[in-house]
Amino acid sequence: MPSFGLVHLEFLAIAAFWTIGLSAVAFIGGGMLGFVIALMRVSPSRLVRGIAITYVQVVQGTPLLILLFLIYFGLAIIGFDQLPAIIAAGIGLTIYSSGFLGEIWRGCIESVPKTQWEAAECLAMTRWQRMTRVILPQALRIATAPTVGFLVQIVKNTSLASVVGFVELAQAGKLINNSIFQPFMVFVTVAVFYFIICFPLSAWSRGLERRLNVGRR
Amino acid sequence: MSVVVKLSNVHKSFGPLKVLDGVSFEVARGEVVAVIGQSGSGKSTALRCINALETIQQGSIEVCGHAVHDEKLDKRKLRLDVGIVFQSYNLFPHLTAEQNIMLAPTCVKALGKKAARDIARDCLARVGLSEKADHYPEQLSGGQQQRVAIARSLAMQPKVMLFDEVTSALDPQLTGEVLKVMEDLARGGMTMILVTHEMAFARKVASQVVYMNKGKVWETGPGSMLDAPTTPELRDFVGSGL
Ligand SMILES: Nc1ncnc2c1ncn2[C@@H]1O[C@H](COP(=O)(O)OP(=O)(O)OP(=O)(O)O)[C@@H](O)[C@H]1O
Ligand SMILES: [Mg+2]
Repeated sequence: MPSFGLVHLEFLAIAAFWTIGLSAVAFIGGGMLGFVIALMRVSPSRLVRGIAITYVQVVQGTPLLILLFLIYFGLAIIGFDQLPAIIAAGIGLTIYSSGFLGEIWRGCIESVPKTQWEAAECLAMTRWQRMTRVILPQALRIATAPTVGFLVQIVKNTSLASVVGFVELAQAGKLINNSIFQPFMVFVTVAVFYFIICFPLSAWSRGLERRLNVGRR
Repeated sequence: MSVVVKLSNVHKSFGPLKVLDGVSFEVARGEVVAVIGQSGSGKSTALRCINALETIQQGSIEVCGHAVHDEKLDKRKLRLDVGIVFQSYNLFPHLTAEQNIMLAPTCVKALGKKAARDIARDCLARVGLSEKADHYPEQLSGGQQQRVAIARSLAMQPKVMLFDEVTSALDPQLTGEVLKVMEDLARGGMTMILVTHEMAFARKVASQVVYMNKGKVWETGPGSMLDAPTTPELRDFVGSGL
């Protein structure tokens, strides 16, 4: 039986890139959808708010694993049965991220004092102008640290994408282990890869938090 | 003299709490009206109703030809005519003093950057803060922040300005500099309604004093009314040294 070597390391490195790629898709897709959800959550229309609340509760109440299964097999049922794994995993993680990012950002928007809305309103600004020129710039500052923090969660959760046949870091580790059976060696290496991806993110998040707490602006 | 603000029999409740109980008064162009009264007597609520920040249940409010009590009121048009300054300044913390002032003229009146900056400079000069244009709110003292807030409101060239205890959060020295700006405005002919605890200022600058008590206009008259109150409530209020 061959032992853990350079080929395996290379295989893991490539899988790590897929992990990063999938994380990026989830973050960008989830970010865009989550932004819409956050805006819907603070809408003056009860109907719009209700739709967003329902969406968030369904997404947050569904385990990511189940969400991935549902999308993979659900899309197959309606005819997309040759769906590439990255698309299914990307859609699943996008929906998952949007549910959480939407709530994180809603909290940030609502933590801007109501008096800021009023001050802008009294200057005859439209609702859209108030949102984009006064509220969002302040919410953005509050949102940066928790958003980067959530990015770490996304990276780790991509490991579930293996259930739809996507070979990312964790799945690559499993495959290697199946052929050489050195679980400790293999999975420590996998963990190190995750750490290398996540550590800079969480360090960045902590740094942002510190900077925003001390210096404001 | 033309009437700019007219409240007639205004009633306003928050749930079971009756806050305005048939309030009526009029403000003519160029007039300075000081609204005084105990905490909780409904002064802020009255101001907020004038600016449609609160809706009223009964009565009518006319401001510069806008029927504020009307459901079909275009609030944005109303607010082009009415400026308001709050006790807590409410400057936008992510913008410099100058940017705070430029924001509404650029996005509401669609002025160019340069025209808006000229207005901002002019308004900052009027409140004596030309050299602070590039400071962020947190880099300014309370009095300076409040003067920027006044300048921000002025930049929209309102026909009436409302002031809600704009000096209450300031120590005496800073209060003085803000009151001076307001006195200059009054002398310049601005129509103003100010809720204040500064009795000396009210007596000196106001053309009309409105004393509110229990959600009603209890007593009203010229500034000299404070020297000879007719109701015992106002006598107590003035006597309490406020
Ligand atoms: N949004 C609100 N919801 C419920 N009650 C309110 C609200 N705003 C004000 N009130 C109540 O209405 C009453 C009058 O408040 P208002 O702020 O008008 O008083 P005020 O005369 O300005 O007092 P102060 O001098 O303390 O500022 C108070 O009892 C207050 O608690
Ligand atoms: Mg008040």
